Amino acid sequence: MIDAGDFWLLTALLGIGTFLIRFSFLGIFGGRSLPDWAQLHLKYVGVSVFPALVAPLVMWPEATGGAIDPVRIIAALAAFLIGLRFGVIWSIFAGMGTLYALQFLLPGP
Amino acid sequence: MTQIQTAARAFWKGYLDCAPFILIVVPYSMLFGVVARDAGLDLLQTMTMTVVVIAGASQFTAVALLQDQAPVFIALLAALVVNLRMAMYSAALVPYVGHARFSTRALMAYLMVDQAFAVAVRTYEDHPNMPPAHRVAYYFGCMALICPFWYGCTFLGAVIGEAIPASLSLDFAVPVCFIALTAPLLRSAPHIFAAFVAASMALLFAWLPWSLGLIVAALSGLVAGAQAELLLRRRKARGAA
Repeated sequence: MIDAGDFWLLTALLGIGTFLIRFSFLGIFGGRSLPDWAQLHLKYVGVSVFPALVAPLVMWPEATGGAIDPVRIIAALAAFLIGLRFGVIWSIFAGMGTLYALQFLLPGP
Repeated sequence: MTQIQTAARAFWKGYLDCAPFILIVVPYSMLFGVVARDAGLDLLQTMTMTVVVIAGASQFTAVALLQDQAPVFIALLAALVVNLRMAMYSAALVPYVGHARFSTRALMAYLMVDQAFAVAVRTYEDHPNMPPAHRVAYYFGCMALICPFWYGCTFLGAVIGEAIPASLSLDFAVPVCFIALTAPLLRSAPHIFAAFVAASMALLFAWLPWSLGLIVAALSGLVAGAQAELLLRRRKARGAA
């Protein structure tokens, strides 16, 4: 359960922070450009944060109480492989589709 | 190539050029609505977050971490790191729409989303003679299509989400969504290396308290990707010499 106080604090700060990031160059720093080192590292934000979030969620899912679930690992791989080739939406379909198919074929305890 | 003639035409051209992205925005925003309700947020909380933040990936990040009992500052930090890419967008837009009034630029900043940004900048590059006022109109055309769908479908997802039984394993929609967002980003060897390092470090440091493992892993990934790119550049330079 998410604590209401935590939620509102987070939403307010995230809203302000996200706006400041979006407004940074357009409004605050004017025409100045990002330093090279920052541009170099920013390119890798997506490919670092998302895998770091996903890996533990796939390996030790909350829904199984943290036990390794081969069905989820296979479904995650399916989403990944389809995503490499066909893009975001097909990847989501492939991931959830594989999960449902395997859960149906291999009913758990 | 025809010159876009009036600001109104530019607006509608932006609107139409972004139409294909509805296919992505509709399921993605509905999924956020469903996942947020599943995590225990009420309708007002879900909609407030979506309207205040309008940045799907960071919203998923924040909700996933809060649900995981991470402290607020960790959830905030991770979600903001996810949004840092938009500083690049902000810098990229300055040469095209930096002339607009302060309040207009503030509204443009609030509405900045990935797909519409990509479409707008490509159009500005293809039409170097586009008058500045038309560029602004085009930008708002792009966002005018995407934003209502973003709000509306989050709402729809949040309402429908109530009716979805736990047997559908919707908890898994969150990692799947992030995988779907990551896979198309793996365009070069340094990108793949960054993702690999980040995922491995996240598993190795999962025992750290307050979800700090995520921060350690993400920073390791960033540095690994950047260093790999520098290494490849140096090797190329040496090969050329």
